[in-house]
Amino acid sequence: MSDPILRLEGVHTDIAQYHILQGVDLEVPRGAVTMLLGRNGVGKTTTLRTAIGHWGTRAGRILFDGEDVTATKTADRARMGIGYVPEDMGIFSDLTVEENMTLAAVSGPLVPARRDWIFGAFPPLRTFWKSPAGTLSGGQKQMLSIARAMAEERRLYLIDEPTKGLAPAIVSTMAGALRELKTQGASILLVEQNFAVAKALGDHAAVMDDGRIVWTGPMSELATDAGLQERLMGLSMEAT
Amino acid sequence: MTDAPDHRPTMAGITIVDRMAQAMPVLLVPILLVLGFLAIGNPSSWLTLTVSGLAMGMMIFIMASGLTLVFGLMDVINFGHGAFISVGAFVGISVVLGLSQWAQAPSLVLNLCVVLLAVLAAMVVTGLLGWAFERVIVKPVYGAHLKQILVTVGGLIVIEQLIHVIWGPDEIFFARPETLKGAVTFWGAALEKYRLLAVAIGLVLFIAMRMVFRRTKIGLIVRAGVENGEMVEALGYRLRLVFVGVFIAGSALAGLGGVMWGLYQEVITAGMGEEMMILVFIVVIIGGLGSVEGAFIGALMVGLLQNYIAFLEPKLALISNIGLMTAILMWRPQGMKPVVKAK
Ligand SMILES: Nc1ncnc2c1ncn2[C@@H]1O[C@H](COP(=O)(O)OP(=O)(O)OP(=O)(O)O)[C@@H](O)[C@H]1O
Ligand SMILES: [Mg+2]
Repeated sequence: MSDPILRLEGVHTDIAQYHILQGVDLEVPRGAVTMLLGRNGVGKTTTLRTAIGHWGTRAGRILFDGEDVTATKTADRARMGIGYVPEDMGIFSDLTVEENMTLAAVSGPLVPARRDWIFGAFPPLRTFWKSPAGTLSGGQKQMLSIARAMAEERRLYLIDEPTKGLAPAIVSTMAGALRELKTQGASILLVEQNFAVAKALGDHAAVMDDGRIVWTGPMSELATDAGLQERLMGLSMEAT
Repeated sequence: MTDAPDHRPTMAGITIVDRMAQAMPVLLVPILLVLGFLAIGNPSSWLTLTVSGLAMGMMIFIMASGLTLVFGLMDVINFGHGAFISVGAFVGISVVLGLSQWAQAPSLVLNLCVVLLAVLAAMVVTGLLGWAFERVIVKPVYGAHLKQILVTVGGLIVIEQLIHVIWGPDEIFFARPETLKGAVTFWGAALEKYRLLAVAIGLVLFIAMRMVFRRTKIGLIVRAGVENGEMVEALGYRLRLVFVGVFIAGSALAGLGGVMWGLYQEVITAGMGEEMMILVFIVVIIGGLGSVEGAFIGALMVGLLQNYIAFLEPKLALISNIGLMTAILMWRPQGMKPVVKAK
């Protein structure tokens, strides 16, 4: 991995008086899906929020496509080509689905071909195009949140738990859409608790504990080693 | 293999009860109109009072719209807003007095030109003042409510004193432009011309604001930012810049409201903005902090109720707005059109 799309070097992040990230070293290679895994509360969301710039860093560097963005504002990082799907989805519920998508296309109007591709991946968005996003179901909101990140071609996608709390059928819709992004060669950093989805999508894996990355390697290695899973995340595929 | 917890997402759909609850605030104004009609009994008195109430409501709305957005977008409580109202009035009325020949000419065109120039001057000055106020006074205290209150009240006092320095310590009496004096009779009711103009300006402005909020990207950004500013930034928009723009526009609107209120009262004082702020805050609170539509409905209700009560039961007029606020907040503690906040 000589030239990753995103690299965090010894990143420390404080939230209020708490020292949450304690020296995160992470590389997200181009054109692949990197899974960010770990128990609850170890700092996965904080890592993504630090990468997009919602939290500032106390120490360390963030390099996006080789450029130091540690001091770059969130909005500017986004415009450099980062699509972000937050854990809470960040839907604008007062705006319609269409208006949400209009805002997501920052550099110009939403390209019709792109919109149709999104409709193909998430058919409910076509149905509820003119409805306030607040009236969507949880799964549909999650679709919208991912669709917003896909509204334009991005150099990197940061996606936080896209299958959280969803019914199995919707989980596979999400996984299908992410797989399609992947086949198009997108670079994705994905937090995912659903291990089956993680195993199916991930090329690389990074496991966090206590505000640090404690293991990195191919997803396939983690997926086949129950002992390793047990040690790193307190779970194994067989056990769950 | 682990599946996600099996909770079934339901298809989107809102019940009739929900719909009614959503429409309720919009229905409150017509309901108030009907109740007023029944209580007053006399159609021509009712019409006079209604026009007067709507005119007052529109002017309060114009003053309140900027304040509610400033709060909604950045959680900034700005007591200095009242100063923009006063400054707008003094600048605008200075223009009216300066162009007294046009103002006294019995020509509607010339008179409207005077009003237009007064409004433009007031909005430019208060817009610039708002910009400076944001940079110098508000920016250092983002995120700290107590400091915001202290420092913006300080700003208010300083600007009021500056008005005394520039325009002298006394209130200024003046006459409205010639053709805007007096009333037209309609349906047996005397309707003051200026109030009709104020209603028209308020309506046009409200419709224009709605169009901006529904049709333009900047409008969408503002609406989205009120709900979840962080996400707006994560999409690639600098919320700070948007906020400064809204602050300037809101200050200019306060200036517009000040000129209109001055022309309505035919007297201006340095403290007039501060006095109006009580009504403005009531309107912003009952409308729902951050909601322009809520502020519009709230302002019309405040204006109408104040006029109806003053006619029916003058002794109650002083407490009618507080009563209205109490009632609305008991019904909806977040105001009529609560803005969904992400956090
Ligand atoms: N706004 C906040 N204020 C204080 N502490 C916070 C805040 N956000 C996160 N934390 C703390 O930071 C730590 C890491 O949280 P984070 O949300 O990054 O974990 P996570 O790995 O994403 O967990 P989960 O799997 O539950 O989503 C937790 O201990 C959490 O309590
Ligand atoms: Mg998380």
